Amino acid sequence: MIRVEHLTKAYRRNTVVDDLSFSVEGGESVALWGPNGAGKTTVIRCLLGLVGYTGRIEVGGLDARVHPKATRGLIGYVPQELGFYGDLTIAETLALSGDLRGLPRSRIGEVLGAVALEAEAGKRVCELSGGMRQRLGMAVALLPDPPVLLLDEPTSSLDVGSRRRMVSLLDSLRGPGRVLVITSHRVEEVGMLVDRVLALDSGRLAHECPPGELTGRLNLESWLHVVLPEAQTADALVHLWASGFDAHENGHGVLVGVATGDKLSALNCLSEGDFDIRDFEVWR
Amino acid sequence: MTATTQPFALPRTFEPRPVVVIARKVIREASRDRWFWLNCAGFAVLAGAITLTAVPDHNLIGSGGFGRTAASLVALVQLVVPLMALTLGARYLSGERDSGTLVFLLCHPVSRTEVLVGTYIGLAGSMFASVATGFGAAGVFSALRSASADPVLLVRLAMLSWLLSLAMLGLGLVIGSIARNASTGLGMALFAWLAVVFLGDLGVMGTVVATHMPVEALFAAVIVNPVEAFRLASVVALDGSLDALGPVGTYAFDRFGDGMAYIALGVMAAWTAGAVAAAVFTFRIGDRI
Repeated sequence: MIRVEHLTKAYRRNTVVDDLSFSVEGGESVALWGPNGAGKTTVIRCLLGLVGYTGRIEVGGLDARVHPKATRGLIGYVPQELGFYGDLTIAETLALSGDLRGLPRSRIGEVLGAVALEAEAGKRVCELSGGMRQRLGMAVALLPDPPVLLLDEPTSSLDVGSRRRMVSLLDSLRGPGRVLVITSHRVEEVGMLVDRVLALDSGRLAHECPPGELTGRLNLESWLHVVLPEAQTADALVHLWASGFDAHENGHGVLVGVATGDKLSALNCLSEGDFDIRDFEVWR
Repeated sequence: MTATTQPFALPRTFEPRPVVVIARKVIREASRDRWFWLNCAGFAVLAGAITLTAVPDHNLIGSGGFGRTAASLVALVQLVVPLMALTLGARYLSGERDSGTLVFLLCHPVSRTEVLVGTYIGLAGSMFASVATGFGAAGVFSALRSASADPVLLVRLAMLSWLLSLAMLGLGLVIGSIARNASTGLGMALFAWLAVVFLGDLGVMGTVVATHMPVEALFAAVIVNPVEAFRLASVVALDGSLDALGPVGTYAFDRFGDGMAYIALGVMAAWTAGAVAAAVFTFRIGDRI
């Protein structure tokens, strides 16, 4: 469904995407994973024909450079920063999008139901919360029932509850005939939503693997903040250092560097040393 | 929900439907925009004030007692309409970029040319409303005051003013398509307004003094400025003598006679077409979204 060959994009002397090639088959879900500045958003913009590029992109068998309008007709897109007309209502925004695509108005009710925004249809966009705006973005992308969905950091600006609902919605969209391309820098989300990960580094394809192998391939490190009684903090640090962990004192506990796929090792280490673990959280 | 995968006809590069949708959207936005209403009200107040304060003078220019009012309206249009149109065009496109709504439009199956042409038509519609409001106010006040207003003349002047605004709007969109953000666009538009309305005149005057330019060359230097073309066309529309414009006017009248109006209209139309073509070009080649 998507074929990218030797894609290169440079802004003046700054090469953002460098000789990138990959393909995505129909029904497949793929993540473009990488840190900020890896080139994920630029790849999406090239797929949409929003910026010029060298190389070749095919979507649904169409050359995106030769048929940019037809290519965009096959794609539903949710940008990272959602730009809507603030004085339009949700229904008017969807009507505008539908009119631009030449779709019947009956589609609006269907997608509002799919993203649970029926009750808010008359609300102005400027009055919406971040989560609702994100759902409106999904509704705009789903309006033409496209075979390709491009989602640029779809959960980055959401709180925990909204993020959980969005992940659940995205999971429901996976299925035969539809391609999902998601950019993300969250390993846990990638693991839940996609079949394959394309890890980008400085615009180049660094790794291509199933999501379960990503952490091992990249040697990713997380920080575990473990809350301990104040009297135990100094001893806990010594114990962690003796066991080979990178640890520091932090507030009401210690901050321990761990491999992303092996967080339990630090907790086990502290537990074996009879330290009273009161709480913990993962910082990435 | 399942994806649509059936084959479809390839859309043409330029289609009227998205252009109409975007133009309608721009007009609806303008009707909700305080700047639009401020423009309309400001122009109406100034036109009304001119109509109320101008003293009828049969000797100044054609069209009887309404001549002085009409001439004052021409002077007002020369200043205000280019300012309104340039800032509107520049602010609108760069504002769309600032707010992210340009990405919203361009991620649909529409071309950049369709977006720009639709935007231009929509803004031209809102400029028509502004100009019509101003001249409408002038007509109402004039009728209330002396009942000497010539409605045909007012309509002619309004249409010429709108034509001037179309050229300036195109120039505004060129600025909007290259400006990094709305405030830069606004600054560039103000500079362009100064150049077209004041610096152009001063430049021609300075060149005449420095080089003793022949009147033919002086005429050519004057007529290429769309604001001056509007002034010449307006004087012809007012049935006034081009002598009032000095040696250039006399030369134009002697050389071209009644054809002068068509030359001036042609200059404004050429500016409009050229500016829109340039706006499409600059908007299409840029990566800015």
